[in-house]
Amino acid sequence: MEIGLSHYLVLAAILFTIGVFGIFVNRKNVIIILMSVELILLSVNINLVAFSSFSGDLVGQIFALLILTVAAAEAAIGLAILVAFFRNKGSIAVEDINAMKG
Amino acid sequence: MGLASIFFYLFSTILVLSAFMVISSRNPVHSVLFLILAFFNAAGLFVLVGAEFLAMLLVIVYVGAVAVLFLFVVMMLDVDFVELKQGFLQYVPLGGLVAAVLAVELVVVLGGSLFDPNFAIGSGTAPIPDVTEIGNTKAIGLLLYTRYIYFFQAAGLVLLVAMIGAIVLTLRHKEGVKRQDIAAQNARTRETAIEVVKVETGKGI
Repeated sequence: MEIGLSHYLVLAAILFTIGVFGIFVNRKNVIIILMSVELILLSVNINLVAFSSFSGDLVGQIFALLILTVAAAEAAIGLAILVAFFRNKGSIAVEDINAMKG
Repeated sequence: MGLASIFFYLFSTILVLSAFMVISSRNPVHSVLFLILAFFNAAGLFVLVGAEFLAMLLVIVYVGAVAVLFLFVVMMLDVDFVELKQGFLQYVPLGGLVAAVLAVELVVVLGGSLFDPNFAIGSGTAPIPDVTEIGNTKAIGLLLYTRYIYFFQAAGLVLLVAMIGAIVLTLRHKEGVKRQDIAAQNARTRETAIEVVKVETGKGI
């Protein structure tokens, strides 16, 4: 069976679901939550690249490039916030992030 | 089944399994390593669809920078990760329900026959050139540095802001470390630096 666009879309959907599931089950560990967000962004990238390739339009790959940039920036800022929080509180549990009573 | 199909199933199976290990692994270091494996397999998939530049970018940027950053942070923080894993099973039913609904919806919509495989061939605004004439990297460069130059610049700005933000967030001034303060040195005058003391005979200061 020839590999078509649907195969890639279903793969990206499964990956996206795994990322969402990871955010749900790892409610306490911020690092795993950040990794789940990376997985979700990766699935979005797979979608964009698959659409770009199968429709013969290069703009999708440009867009994937920009998403890659934003994902890298997000990871850097998120981990920096995490390190700063750990220095102040000595913990990275999500329940302890309640100083602003939000 | 052609070679491309075999490789697609190989890469996608390892990708999904390693993504699942990322979220279910007990040790966060193992999670990061499985994340790296997932990125490598996604890069393989990108090569399969002909996006070599993005595949290499994924390997270099994600595996080389982001995953190693995760690894550094995981190893730097002295956290009891076993304690953070408590309540993992408690959230599985709800999370599993949401994930199942989401997966079914996405697969029904995306995997169905709604998308004609030839839905938009040739209708794009920037058609992919023939790879025998212009490679993927050069084609992206020709497009990125001309029509999408402002997006490229904006991406650079995003990275700059992220870099400055990360430095500002994690930089701290330690107490008790002597540093050279050139402004304070230049601001010294003769009056502040020298004091003339009349010492009385036989008393000392």
